[in-house]
Amino acid sequence: MLYIFCPHCGMRSQNEFSYGGDATVKRPELNKEVSDKDWDNFVYNRKSLRGKHWELWQHISGCRQWIKVERDTGTHEIFNTLKADEEISK
Amino acid sequence: MQKYSIFNLVKNALSNHENWDLAWKDPTPKKEYDVVIIGGGGHGLATAYYLAKEHNITNVAIIEKGWIGGGNVGRNTTIIRSNYMHDDNALFSEFGMDLWRKMSQDLNYNVMFSPRGIINLAHSDAQMNVYARRGNSMRLNGIDAVLLNREQVKEIIPMADFSENVRFPIFGGLMQPSAGTARHDAVAWGYARQADSMGVDIIQNCEVTGFDISAGKINGVRTSRGDIKVKKIGLCVAGSTNILAEKLNMTLPIETHLLQACVSEPVKPVLDRVVTFGAGHFYISQSDKGEMVMGGDLDGYNSYAQRGNLPTLQHVLTEGIAMMPFLSKLKMLRTWGGIMDMSMDGSPIIDKTHIEGLYLNCGWCYGGFKATPASGWTFAHTIAQDRVHKLNAGYSLERFNTGYLLDEKGLGTKTWIS
Repeated sequence: MLYIFCPHCGMRSQNEFSYGGDATVKRPELNKEVSDKDWDNFVYNRKSLRGKHWELWQHISGCRQWIKVERDTGTHEIFNTLKADEEISK
Repeated sequence: MQKYSIFNLVKNALSNHENWDLAWKDPTPKKEYDVVIIGGGGHGLATAYYLAKEHNITNVAIIEKGWIGGGNVGRNTTIIRSNYMHDDNALFSEFGMDLWRKMSQDLNYNVMFSPRGIINLAHSDAQMNVYARRGNSMRLNGIDAVLLNREQVKEIIPMADFSENVRFPIFGGLMQPSAGTARHDAVAWGYARQADSMGVDIIQNCEVTGFDISAGKINGVRTSRGDIKVKKIGLCVAGSTNILAEKLNMTLPIETHLLQACVSEPVKPVLDRVVTFGAGHFYISQSDKGEMVMGGDLDGYNSYAQRGNLPTLQHVLTEGIAMMPFLSKLKMLRTWGGIMDMSMDGSPIIDKTHIEGLYLNCGWCYGGFKATPASGWTFAHTIAQDRVHKLNAGYSLERFNTGYLLDEKGLGTKTWIS
């Protein structure tokens, strides 16, 4: 069982959350010429590596807010969580 | 190599079975090969076998980080089927069914192929319509499909819940009678043994650490057991695809996810088909040992851990008990997890890449085991001829750019819900 710290509600079990994928993917900017390659990278291509991974989760059975979670894809250890509008510091 | 036969069995019985040849050797890697296959799972072993058998390319090495059959080929639920609607998937899988039927003779190894039939249950009128359409598409592609009504399903699997007041009543089902199961380990061992006998080097405990690429061409591969010169490399590493892609500076339409399966304690024969629940994601069959073999959804988040969490298992087994209530009486014997190369449209990739001499075989999602022979056969063709076969033309990497996606389930790009 994963325990995820929701920045709005506190520590909750994974049963309350649903997953939203890689949080570092950025949608290409509007009103700008976007190449096919950029669209491919946004829609399809993912690094999905072993190790630390920033990802989106939604606290769907709680506050329903989207949050960002830094989790290790090898060990499932969770290091950090952020509100959706907080920037990931590199 | 000694042939496995009744005659040799009797002969070796006289010496207490102590003088059988090794099924495959344990060679040290040579300095140079014509083709190197990375990944000694089912697909890699099958690819090497068909390179030798169909294309007469025998100076081949299979490089495996762990041991033969230790990955997904030994972790799956052994289901074999070709009940696909889209032409590319249907024709590819049905070609594979033909290879499955001949496999034990072809490999001189009993893979215990058991064409017991698969039934996908329907729980609404709308789902019956969808299955009728899928069944018709299958039959147009020469695949057997039978649409069953409620009574016909009840005759075949009376142990399912046919009571009136249930959340997901059984309306009927779509059956592919020629689908079935096989002994997964035997598939890996059978391919390994035959590939080895034709001169393929199976190199275990050998990790790929890098690639030697110059001017867009493959020149070699670096491994924990030394550098190897080679012009053609086939990548068959399933859940580790993204890790090797990183070493190749490639970003692929693949995410690595965790899938669990489980078996119950062994019980007397009760279920002689493969059955899937239609209102969720749950599949079940009974092994020859009597265990109920069960699986379902992904855990749902990117993962390289080959073990799962309990919430998903509970969710999957709840579906199983809704479908067949007697399952609640059984004790769980074992659960385990494997890592899946989930592609963005749910279909695999067998293709060349922008690097000359690098060939890609990945994106098998849940369906890798049944595809083992067809995947090996077409991948061997792609590597040997340096062009895709018409059977794997639909499995191009380019389709994510051109838009010719093969989204069998119509789920879009959320790999964790497919």
